[in-house]
Amino acid sequence: MKKHVLRPLWVAIGLVAVVLIAREFMVPPDFGVHGETFTYHYYRLSNVEEWKNFPAKYQGQERCARCHKDNAAEHSSSKHATIQCENCHGPGVDHPRQVKKLVIDTSREQCLRCHQYLPYPTSQRMALPAIDNQEHWPERECHVCHNPHYPDRRSRR
Amino acid sequence: MSCSRRDFLKKSFGGALSAALPAGTGAFLGPRDAGASVGDAKKRWVFLVDTEACTGCGLCVKACKTENEIPLEAPITRTWVERYVVTRDGEAHVDSPKGGLEGFTDPQIRGETIDPEDISKAFFVPKLCNQCENPPCVQVCPVGATYQTNDGVVLVDREWCIGCGYCIMACPYGVRFFHPVHKTAEKCNFCYHRITAGMEAACVQACPFEARKMGDANNPDDPVTKVIKTERVSVLKDEYGTEPQVYYLGLDEKVR
Repeated sequence: MKKHVLRPLWVAIGLVAVVLIAREFMVPPDFGVHGETFTYHYYRLSNVEEWKNFPAKYQGQERCARCHKDNAAEHSSSKHATIQCENCHGPGVDHPRQVKKLVIDTSREQCLRCHQYLPYPTSQRMALPAIDNQEHWPERECHVCHNPHYPDRRSRR
Repeated sequence: MSCSRRDFLKKSFGGALSAALPAGTGAFLGPRDAGASVGDAKKRWVFLVDTEACTGCGLCVKACKTENEIPLEAPITRTWVERYVVTRDGEAHVDSPKGGLEGFTDPQIRGETIDPEDISKAFFVPKLCNQCENPPCVQVCPVGATYQTNDGVVLVDREWCIGCGYCIMACPYGVRFFHPVHKTAEKCNFCYHRITAGMEAACVQACPFEARKMGDANNPDDPVTKVIKTERVSVLKDEYGTEPQVYYLGLDEKVR
């Protein structure tokens, strides 16, 4: 067969080889089908570990209670017991080592999330004690009068 | 150059073979390597939302965005809470200001004042990624950057994602968005880093009303699985055939 007939073939084979070799260097070795189907399980396996190593911020109130025993005891016996410490005090991930003091959300808005009156008959929102933000001491932060750790008691301030 | 048919075939097969060989090496992982990091195949994470218990405080959204490093002020979120107020004429007034990040403190809905006398029912519906059994977002990914782990959670590989946005368009629930910092597709992953370490997802932990719970569908003794198996639950957009794994208690027909 003549040379000029074969030449395009070598070019084509060369291109395929280049793509396959480049792919070999660019695709991580753990990339492939790791599961039942190609459709849903074709991925880079080490990414699962990467996600598992993502840093968690919220630690849970059991960890807070290890040091802050008095506050935890008061809080856990109150109507606010189901509210996590970190919902108001912020995530405790680096506390106390790097972050000495957590920034507390003492805003009215934080309390109004549950305690702003909304006229919603069939909703659990109606089961919570509620105020009208515009009328109930509008300029004052709630904790001045109410103790957020134990809402049935007046604030200690 | 003379070349018989036999020589030609030999050469071309040999060439193709030698080119294909390096691509195949390394593609095979031992079963132990593969099993080690694809998650516990015996587990199947499921989520249960009790819309009757939700009060729309939005602490879940705040916790989620903080935990998963989603910019607080950006109009994007992995989970959000919708408010539905159905008036007597049967019309549903729906809103979700900032995804419910700051809760619902304004009785007005999209600037509209609704007469309390006119409300026949009102409720809050938390939404998040459904971790579908047949995730359409994974099917459309052209580069294999999103996938389903063996314990049923759909993850996004930020290293591998090219940001084309196909998956964002493909999700029927609109849970995917573009992460402005990482420049990749982003979505709820059931706090995969927390649940695989024995912790609760950030939103589940933050909820004061137990409106959000998680469990293992493959464990018949799991309290959440028991509720799903024995009580009247529903899922969103069942007709799409995606088999969502976020179940809802008390879901109203107005919810889409």
